[in-house]
Amino acid sequence: MATTFFRILKFGFQNFSRNALLSATTISVLVLALLVFNGLLVFGVAANTATASLQDKIDISVYFKSEAPEDQILELARVMEKLPEVKAIEYVSQDKALSIFKDQHKDDPTIQQALEELQSNPLLASLNIKARNPDQYANIAEYLTTENLSDIIDKVNYTQTRLAIERLARIIDTIRNTGLAVTIFLSLVAILVTFNTIRLVIYSNREEIGIMRLVGAANKFIHGPYVVAGIIYGLLGGVISLLIASPIIILAAPYADVFIPELSLTAYFFDRWPQFLTYNLAFGILLGSISATIAVRRYLKI
Amino acid sequence: MIAFHNVTKSYNGKPVLENVSFKISPGEFVSLTGPSGAGKSTIVKLLIGEDRPQKGRVIFGPYEVNKLEPEEMPALRKKVGVVFQDFKLLPTKTSYENVAFALEVEGRAQWEIEELVPQMLDLVGLADNQSYFPHELSGGMKQRVAIARAMIHRPSVVVADEPTGNLDHENAEDIINLLLKINEELGATVILATHSRDIVNKLKRRVVTLKGGKLINDAEHGHYIL
Repeated sequence: MATTFFRILKFGFQNFSRNALLSATTISVLVLALLVFNGLLVFGVAANTATASLQDKIDISVYFKSEAPEDQILELARVMEKLPEVKAIEYVSQDKALSIFKDQHKDDPTIQQALEELQSNPLLASLNIKARNPDQYANIAEYLTTENLSDIIDKVNYTQTRLAIERLARIIDTIRNTGLAVTIFLSLVAILVTFNTIRLVIYSNREEIGIMRLVGAANKFIHGPYVVAGIIYGLLGGVISLLIASPIIILAAPYADVFIPELSLTAYFFDRWPQFLTYNLAFGILLGSISATIAVRRYLKI
Repeated sequence: MIAFHNVTKSYNGKPVLENVSFKISPGEFVSLTGPSGAGKSTIVKLLIGEDRPQKGRVIFGPYEVNKLEPEEMPALRKKVGVVFQDFKLLPTKTSYENVAFALEVEGRAQWEIEELVPQMLDLVGLADNQSYFPHELSGGMKQRVAIARAMIHRPSVVVADEPTGNLDHENAEDIINLLLKINEELGATVILATHSRDIVNKLKRRVVTLKGGKLINDAEHGHYIL
């Protein structure tokens, strides 16, 4: 058993090293496929971060009449917090609103002076509501207008920002859907190109496979070495593609920072280097060995 | 014992063997002769299970070859050594490795392989060319490697399908002498498919003659009659 295993390993390494040109070609194709795969992983993260940060910028604010009692507002906040659509809710009291306003305009003496002269607080208490999904703002706004809350609610700013919110929601949806479609499509292309390359390598060895059969080799001896070679392709392809991807990430990071300041591409990539390596090796080895298995099978039939 | 009982084989409706029957006893040296297309190679293919007849039975020792399943073939092929006109060596393996391969796939121990392979290469006269790849060898040398590989697990039968077809006269003679040596010294049955009048007449052994897919003559000390 052990002898068989070591012989299959030995034949696999021989297949790999003595078909150097074919091996190099196959690894190059695999490296390209894995670069696409890495690119898709990074693109996915960037798109997610970008959409999440866009989403985070959207909220609706409910302004309460100045005479509305605070406990009613807090009660409403508690009720709304339990709604499935609501992700976060923040209460800004009149005093807090004033202090925020003052803070924002502390360098503007006219406003400071005006506020002092006013004596009373002109700002309204408000609730800032963030939805789990941008599509749900319409529901939330509707809830606020129908629930007999007109006694305490002064205005809901959704009506003013509705267009912007809806447009952002559409953009976010489009990014997610096209991202997914592009990922599936390019992964498929990468898988098919690699599979086809390995199939061609084995096709060019079909005569050898026939000879092995005539010499009385059992299928495991014919099939095994090609799978071993496929695994070596995957291992080397995985490592090489990461070695190529690393400097590309470093070069691309400053440009990505401009678009998505929340995401540090280099930190993201290098913190997860072991994970990336695992993905690459897993993808490479699986692709290499499965392609070899399927391709050899064709020539093992009598 | 090898026996063909009323074997018929056709390709795309064109018969290449029609009702062919013969027997070969252990230790015989038999030449299968006839012009190209007579059905010699088909007999070899049917014997090693590379193809199946439409009618009739092909018996090889305990096996009824025409009924073997694909997974039973390796066992059969380890009992018969086959030598082809185009050598069929593995191009990425050296002479040594080509011969060793037949033992490795049989699961033989490493020490056994290291002992037997050089002996066999020595027997076919290639002791000094063990580390050469097939493309570094002449045609005659390649055929010797193929014979060494066919003989390495000491099969009871060696089938040679036009082994001299790609060789010059001198090399051809060497290969035939090697097959005779295998038959006489190692006791293996040898089935030699050839269309060479010279070789058949020189051998003075049993000759089975085929023409147009039919067995037309079977003579104990025969010669080329066509």
